[in-house]
Amino acid sequence: MASAPSSSALSAGATGAVHLPDTDRDLVKILVAGPFGVGKTTLIDSVSEIRPLHTEEPLSEASARVDDLAGVREKSTTTVAIDFGRISLPGDIVLYLFGTPGQERFRSLWDDIAHGALGALVLVDSRRLDASFDVLGLVEESGLPYAVAFNAFPDAPRHYGEERLRRALDLEPGTPMVTCDARDANSSVDALLALVDHLVGRFPAEAR
Amino acid sequence: MTRRPAGRPLVPAYLSTGGVARPSRPHLERLSVLARSGEPPPAGLPAAELALLDTLEDGSLAVVEAAALLRLPVSAVRVLAADLVDRDLVLARAPIPPAERYDPDLLKRVADGLRALKLRP
Repeated sequence: MASAPSSSALSAGATGAVHLPDTDRDLVKILVAGPFGVGKTTLIDSVSEIRPLHTEEPLSEASARVDDLAGVREKSTTTVAIDFGRISLPGDIVLYLFGTPGQERFRSLWDDIAHGALGALVLVDSRRLDASFDVLGLVEESGLPYAVAFNAFPDAPRHYGEERLRRALDLEPGTPMVTCDARDANSSVDALLALVDHLVGRFPAEAR
Repeated sequence: MTRRPAGRPLVPAYLSTGGVARPSRPHLERLSVLARSGEPPPAGLPAAELALLDTLEDGSLAVVEAAALLRLPVSAVRVLAADLVDRDLVLARAPIPPAERYDPDLLKRVADGLRALKLRP
């Protein structure tokens, strides 16, 4: 697949400098959740100002007593790579995006990453809706507000109406649903905005 | 030794913390910001902690960024960073508490910031 950073408008600062600016910023995070291959990393890379980074996270983290040294633990040493990116926003905000796989076996890792997140942008491939059911289940269970973004794969079926997709994914009427091109920075920002605007509407100033 | 070529991590994850699995302080999160305090590291500091100090030489980093650069799990960096904070070698700044993340003003700043991003040349 051709690497297609069709909009490089946001990548001006992507010089590889990782360190944070000296001034105090408010760091916030949003999960970019979805099954493998749905375009999470593509979306994060399209908007991130730092080169793509990832951490290797053990999947069996903290599930066994750490001081139990008797015998060889049968825990596998499986790790999963968690991609993340960063966008410095005007207004002294630094927004982190964490690509989060949604399978049930990632639950403890999910809880750790989701802690304190503003919400989740759930990326969905309309060619395989069922691959997203687990993710949606985890997001809803975690109580995180979320928006759904269909990544516009070229051969994705276009005849689905919005209502049909909503029904297939069992979405609440108020849950934002947008289409985006994860390769395009502006399109990805629009998808993030769908989520953040949803949050703004959900937590209005008066309701404090 | 600030930049190393790609390859196996200098310190394997399971050795990096000297066998300690739980951080001495519970509140270091992925987005806690770490910065050097300016205190010189004492002799005999574990190699992994020196490596972490090294990544902070040029400025502050979130825990998750330090983990990515060191190629260590976040859980290991939490342990290392907590010890360095205990030794007054590193300052840690906590991220926004979960209870305050839905502050309308904060959310509006995020929304406005994203919109401004789109307008950039």
